[in-house]
Amino acid sequence: MIGAGIVGASCAYALMRAGVRATVVDRGGVASGTTGAGEGNILVSDKEPGPELELALRSGELWRELDEECGGFEWEPKGGLVVAETPEVLDALTAFAENQRRHPGPAGVVASVVPATSLRDFEPHLADGLAGGVHYPQDAQVQPMLAAARLLKASGARLVRTAVERFLVAGDRVAGVRTGQGDLYADAVVNAAGTWAGSFPQAPLPIRPRKGFILVTQPFAVPPVRHKVYTAAYVTNVASDAEGLETSGVIESTRAGTVLIGASRQRVGYDTAIDYRVLAKLARQAVALFPVLADRQVMRAYAGLRPYSPDHLPVIGPDHRLRNLFHACGHEGAGIGLAPATAEMITAQITGGSPRVDPAPFAPGRFA
Amino acid sequence: MIEFRFEGRPVAAEDGQSIGAALHAAGIRSWRTTRIGGRPRGLFCAIGACFDCLLTVNGTPDQRACQTVARAGDEVTG
Amino acid sequence: MSYDLAVVGAGPAGLTAARVAARRGLRVALLDAYATPGGQFLRGTAPPRLTGVDVMLGQRVWAVEKSSDGFRVHASTTTTATTLLVATGAHDKVVPFPGWDLPGVLTAGGAQALVKGERIRPGEEMVVAGTGPFLLPVAVTLLDAGVRVKEVLEANRPSPRMAAALALVPSKAREALGYASRLAAARVPYRTGHAVVAAHGEDSVEGVTVARLTPGWRPYAWRTVDCDTVAVGYGFTPQVDLLLQLGCAVAGDHVVTDDRQRTSVEGVLAAGEVTGVAGAPSAVVEGALAVHSLVGEPPPRLLAEKARLRRFARALDLSYPVRDGWRDWLTPGTVVCRCEEVTLRAIDEARDLGAHDPRTVKLLARPGMGWCQGRMCGHAVAALTGHEPAPQKRPFAQPITLADLTLHDREDNA
Repeated sequence: MIGAGIVGASCAYALMRAGVRATVVDRGGVASGTTGAGEGNILVSDKEPGPELELALRSGELWRELDEECGGFEWEPKGGLVVAETPEVLDALTAFAENQRRHPGPAGVVASVVPATSLRDFEPHLADGLAGGVHYPQDAQVQPMLAAARLLKASGARLVRTAVERFLVAGDRVAGVRTGQGDLYADAVVNAAGTWAGSFPQAPLPIRPRKGFILVTQPFAVPPVRHKVYTAAYVTNVASDAEGLETSGVIESTRAGTVLIGASRQRVGYDTAIDYRVLAKLARQAVALFPVLADRQVMRAYAGLRPYSPDHLPVIGPDHRLRNLFHACGHEGAGIGLAPATAEMITAQITGGSPRVDPAPFAPGRFA
Repeated sequence: MIEFRFEGRPVAAEDGQSIGAALHAAGIRSWRTTRIGGRPRGLFCAIGACFDCLLTVNGTPDQRACQTVARAGDEVTG
Repeated sequence: MSYDLAVVGAGPAGLTAARVAARRGLRVALLDAYATPGGQFLRGTAPPRLTGVDVMLGQRVWAVEKSSDGFRVHASTTTTATTLLVATGAHDKVVPFPGWDLPGVLTAGGAQALVKGERIRPGEEMVVAGTGPFLLPVAVTLLDAGVRVKEVLEANRPSPRMAAALALVPSKAREALGYASRLAAARVPYRTGHAVVAAHGEDSVEGVTVARLTPGWRPYAWRTVDCDTVAVGYGFTPQVDLLLQLGCAVAGDHVVTDDRQRTSVEGVLAAGEVTGVAGAPSAVVEGALAVHSLVGEPPPRLLAEKARLRRFARALDLSYPVRDGWRDWLTPGTVVCRCEEVTLRAIDEARDLGAHDPRTVKLLARPGMGWCQGRMCGHAVAALTGHEPAPQKRPFAQPITLADLTLHDREDNA
C-alpha cells in the first residue's frame, strides 16, 4: 500500500477484514498529505447523480459501520445545509436535489427544501436575506487524521516511513516497490498516493494538484455553526474545470470548537504558499453567511492539494498496463467521504469478490 | 489612577497599565475557565504570547488582558 | 507612502536600527505591538527620542508579504517598504510540570515585565526557578519590588564552561556577581541542581514541590515550599513567525543571517533575539549592523563586537541547556498544551497511534492547535516525540478578526 492517508488506511483496514495482510509505505507517515489538510467531509449533497454519488452513498453507510467497529475519530452525522442567496438559486438547488432523489440505487439521497423562514431552525446565526436552502441529513464529518490513524492501527498493517521510488516490475506485472529502505515484495501493490499518485513513471496517471485553503478560527465553547453550511456556488466550483481561482463559502465547526472556513480551488501545481487575498475572500464569504463571525478571530490557515483527475472521478481499480498493480487515488476533495467504499471496491478486486458499486466508471484505463 | 469594572466590581489601574496587571495586582488571579477542563486561567507569560489571559472588554471577546491597556470605565468580563 | 526601511519590533535591536537608519537619511517606519517603544528589555524605562522615524505603536503585525517593489507589513494598517528588518525578539521558554497551568505560575520574563512595565508586585512570596543567567536579574527585580523571594533554583550545575563563558565578557561577569551579592545580602538561597517540579493549589498557587536534580535533571529528594507565585524560565524562544512567512532560512530555533544581518531572502534583515538569543547588548550591535548592510560598510569594531557577543551567547547556551530529565517531572495527567489542555497521556496515545513527529502528534492530539499556536508547548511536544524543536510556520503571527481579514481581498489593500 503506497500512502498512509485516509484511502491507504481504509484499504489496509478493509483488506485486513478480508484476511489480506498489508504493509503501508508513506514518506511522511500517517495523514501527512492531503488527509491532514482536509475538513473530514462525508458528503452526498454536492454530488450529481452518477457513479460518484453511488460511491458516496455506499461510503456513508460504511462510515457509520466503521464508527461502530473502530471509532475514535469524531464521526458526526451533523447533516449539511446548502443555502441559496436568491430565489433563482434556490430553484436550481431544489431541482438539483430532486434529481439526486430520483437517483436509482439501494440507498437514496435524503434531502428536504428549507424555506427562508425555517433556515434559522437549522442555523440560528445565519445572515438575513437568504432565499432558503436544502438540508441533507446524510452529510457527515469525521476528524480525518484521527480516522486514518485509527483505521491504520486497527488494520494491524506495518507502517514504513519512507518514500517509494518505483515499482519493481517483472515482465508485465508488479512484484513490489523499491523504497528508501529497500525493496518490498507483495502479491499486489495499491497506489493510494493521493495527489502524488500520478507520478510513478512506470504507470503514470493524469492526476494533478488542485490547491485549497482552509481558515481556522479561534475555538468556541459553543461554535456558532451546527451543520456543514455552504453556498450553491460550491457545487458549481467542485464540478468545474477552471484553472483560475474559484471560491465559495463553506463553513463548519469541529468537535474541537473551531470553525473551519473554505473553500478555494486553484490549479497552481504543488505550490502550497499562503495567499492572503484568497484567505480574505474566504473570510468575506464566511462573514456574509454568518455575520456573528465578524469580530471573531482566525488563528491559522493552511493549504492542501486535492488530487484532481480530468473527469473529477476517482481512479479505482487494476492498472491497465501492469498486472498486480491497483490504483485508489484521484478523489479530489472527496477522499475522506469516498475512502471506505473505495477500500471495499479495491478489496473485492484484489480478492476476487464482487464489488458493491459498479467499478467500471472508475477504471484507470479510461484515460488511455 | 483610573477605574474600570470587572464583573461589575471596581478595579483600580495606573495610567497605561494593562487590564491583566491591574487585575493581578488587585488579587484577581484568574478571570476565565478553560473550555474543556474548566480550569482557571489568568496571567502566565504576560507579554502577549500565551493567550491564557483572554477576557472580554466592552463586549469585544477574547482580548489579551496583558496587551490591553485599561481605560476608565471599561467593562471587563471573563 | 513607501519607506526605505520598515523595522518590526521596537526593542534594543529595532530602536538602534531605526535611529541609525534615520541618521543616515533613510525613510524609516518603526512598528511595535505595544503602546510604548522599548520591547521587553527596556520596558518601563523612559521612551527614547527618535527623530526622523515614523513610530507606529499599537501595531500588531500579523503578516508580512513580498510585493513587486519591496514588502507589505500588515498590522491594523499596511505599511510598505523596500527593505524589512525583523527584530521581534523572543518569549520565555517553559518546560511543563504538574500544576504549571495554575494561576500564580508566571514565566520569568512575565514576572519581570509585571514589575518593570506594569509597576506591580507579581506576588508576595515567590520562588524563581529554571535555567540560565536571566533568573538572577529577575530575582533581583522582584526583590527590589518588595517581593519576598524564597529561593532561586537553577536546574543546571556550575560547570567550567559557565566560568569560561563569563570570562569572555567581563562586564557580564561583574553584572552576575552584582546580582549574586544582592541575593546573598537579602539571604535568598541560590541553589543549583534544583527545580520546581510541581505547583500546588486549588485556584491559585499555594506552594511548590522543589526537587534536587541529577545532572540530567531527573528529580530526587523532594520537599515543598509555600509561596503564592512562581516565576519559571528555561531560556527563550525567538519569535521568527514573520521571517518564516517570507521563507527565511532557519537553523535550530532562529533565523540564519550573515555578518551584516541579511537573511536568506533578499531585502529581509533580522537583528536581535530572532537571530539566536544573545541578549540586549548583542541586539544593539546587530541593529546597527543591519543598517550598515544598507548604507556603507560595517565598521570592523562592530563586527568584532558582534562576534565576541555571539561567542558569549553560544557559550551560555551550551552552559544552560534544557536537559531531558524534565520529562520525569510529568505525570500522565500533566497538561502539556495549555490552550487545548492536551495531557502527556493524550500525547502518548497519539504516538501509540503512529504519530512519530511533532506535526502528526499535533494533528492527532491537538497540542499546539489552540490560541497560542504552539508557542508555549512546541518545544516540549518536539522533545516528547524525540525531535529537536523547530520553528513552526504561522500564517498569522497574531490572530486577527475575520472582519479585518476581509479588508485584504484586493491587491491594492493587501
